[in-house]
Amino acid sequence: MSRLLAIAIKEMRQVRRDRMTLAMMIAIPLMQLLLFGYAINTDVRHIPTVVLDHDRSAASRDLVARMRATGFYDIVGAVRDYAEVTRAIRGGDAHVGLVIPPRFSADIARGVGSTAQIIVDGSDPLIVSNALSTAVAIAEVRSTELRVARLGRAGRDAVRVDPDILYNPELRSAVFIVPGLIGVLLTMTMVMFTSMAIARERERGTLEALIVSPIRSVELMVGKIVPYIVIGYVQMTVILVVGALVFDVPIRGSITLLYLLSFIFIAANLALGLVFSTFSKTQQQAMQLTFFFLLPNILLSGFMFPFDGMPRLAQWLGLALPLTHFLRIVRGITLAGASTGELIGQLVWLTSILGAFILLASLRFRKKLG
Amino acid sequence: MPVIDAQHLSRRFGDLVAVRDVSMQVEHGEIFGVLGANGAGKSTTLRMLVGIVTPTSGSATVVGHDVVADPEAVKRRIGYMTQRFSLYDDLTVFENLEFYAGLYGVPRARKRARLAEVLELRGLDPRRRQLTGTLSGGWKQRLALACATIHEPPLLFLDEPTAGVDPVSRRSFWESIHDLSAQGTTIVVTTHYMDEAERCHRLAFIFRGSVLDTGTPQEVVDRRGLSIVEVHVGERTHDAARVLRADPRVDEVAPFGPRLRVATLDEDAETVTREVLGGVDGPGGLGIAVTDVRHVAPDVEDAFIAMVHEDARLHDEGAPPEPRA
Ligand SMILES: Nc1ncnc2c1ncn2[C@@H]1O[C@H](COP(=O)(O)OP(=O)(O)OP(=O)(O)O)[C@@H](O)[C@H]1O
Ligand SMILES: [Mg+2]
Repeated sequence: MSRLLAIAIKEMRQVRRDRMTLAMMIAIPLMQLLLFGYAINTDVRHIPTVVLDHDRSAASRDLVARMRATGFYDIVGAVRDYAEVTRAIRGGDAHVGLVIPPRFSADIARGVGSTAQIIVDGSDPLIVSNALSTAVAIAEVRSTELRVARLGRAGRDAVRVDPDILYNPELRSAVFIVPGLIGVLLTMTMVMFTSMAIARERERGTLEALIVSPIRSVELMVGKIVPYIVIGYVQMTVILVVGALVFDVPIRGSITLLYLLSFIFIAANLALGLVFSTFSKTQQQAMQLTFFFLLPNILLSGFMFPFDGMPRLAQWLGLALPLTHFLRIVRGITLAGASTGELIGQLVWLTSILGAFILLASLRFRKKLG
Repeated sequence: MPVIDAQHLSRRFGDLVAVRDVSMQVEHGEIFGVLGANGAGKSTTLRMLVGIVTPTSGSATVVGHDVVADPEAVKRRIGYMTQRFSLYDDLTVFENLEFYAGLYGVPRARKRARLAEVLELRGLDPRRRQLTGTLSGGWKQRLALACATIHEPPLLFLDEPTAGVDPVSRRSFWESIHDLSAQGTTIVVTTHYMDEAERCHRLAFIFRGSVLDTGTPQEVVDRRGLSIVEVHVGERTHDAARVLRADPRVDEVAPFGPRLRVATLDEDAETVTREVLGGVDGPGGLGIAVTDVRHVAPDVEDAFIAMVHEDARLHDEGAPPEPRA
């Protein structure tokens, strides 16, 4: 224990003196978050939209106002005919055209329903899906509201429909991406810092004195991890706070639970970094290994593409990545308010991966020079 | 029972035999010097004795434990100062010491007193807050010694501890080594400084991975049967050196300013020199007058060079003579 503590304290002191690394540990997550967050935010929201309103009634103006209120559509102009809609989209002035038919308000009033048309620029699939689903949602909400109002007038209070549930604000991807980003950034920085930690000792010639001491491999490995866990939590907090302030990312579930479960995820990444460091002779090799590892994480964990849609083999590979399980935890807690019981599967996975990595690192690390 | 008992240690790295059949015994309280040129295999030998390099063959018992079977037991009872400076430049003097105290499990109750004691002993107290990277060579080496001895090991390995350190610091460092030895610490030290070799109780000479001889400095020198003179030969030093070298009894000829230093094996150097250079009528003589003859007592360096020549003759491969340090 005294030996483990000695390593941890030493490591902490070194990190504290290394201003550059310290600054990077905070700057990297912040930059990535703003980059990812803003890119996603501006692209999918504020889609320039033109309106062709044949009806020009209170009901049609209400629909347009509702669409603008979602933040997805920026109404950039009203046009007089189809040709102008096409021209606006082709010229890139608009990505979406909304066409409201002549008898819109009259049909709604009669209760037969009416169909508005949405014309979407198909060149960007992200815009297509978002524009369509949002429009459909708006239409549904409006219909439900009208129906509820009519039922209410008929005195049939027993049927209660809550229109709020139907409107799904989670369509905003920033909300979905930012919690995932916590996992990706922690994976990158945590693996990188520890993978370089042993390689650095080797490069600077301090490893020989370490292995000639009576320290056990496990003590060395765990001692090296401890200070970086603190840094991992700092990074996570930065992302959560900035995510909440700038991108309105909610935290529906228990923050305490999130922090508790993150411990295992952070430790697992650090342990993996140590495994990498036993393969690397220099810090540069360690860095390269880290980036090599990052790619499957982004592709196979469910960060970029839905996990369930991946081929079976890719899913199996994905299950071996700590990030896959952490994404479920962090999205579950922030977006769905998941509880411990619902996350027990992920917890078991992460703990097993952590144990395997620590074991592997201690086994691979030989207290020998040759 | 000796503190170190190494039997036929060998180590190869691929095709290279770094250490070949090395056996040595080190007794309690000794300062044992391991002498050899660059690449001779000194560090590799030490690393096998401290359990961080596995021997290809052979065995060694160090402080009562087998280094192959139980290296960790050995590690708890030794101190080791690596050849390359291995402290953390970005920690202060005190932090480095504290780290080693923790690493070697110095008990909490004893730690504070021991740290203060070592800082005081090595004169490091005024620099305790200085970053190690900013220390000069001599101070770094003192700190390295302090770290290697923080847990008061009964056996201490020092791998070229004074390389690149000025003569004054070297002298004070050797005083520290003798102090430690006087308190009962057994010390194994590698060096290629011959003056340091003479300060050891016993020596092992390593050449190309093999031990050529072991013993006290005096024994090692005496065993060579060397006789050395420094003579004046007038203007023709070059010719004189040439004919002297051609004589099988002459082991080494080296110009020393205007004089020649002649070393012979098993025969009196003055007699041989006079005979070879001789008068006009001497056998093969050049008629060079030998004047101002001074007999010199052979030292460890002379012995080392003689041994290298001996080894070359034995293996018939004509090793190049070692440059004098
Ligand atoms: N890990 C290793 N892998 C390959 N070769 C090695 C290794 N360690 C040492 N050697 C080689 O073994 C030989 C002996 O090296 P060693 O370091 O033991 O010599 P040394 O006597 O300590 O020399 P120096 O005075 O330069 O420190 C050298 O030729 C060296 O290149
Ligand atoms: Mg060496």
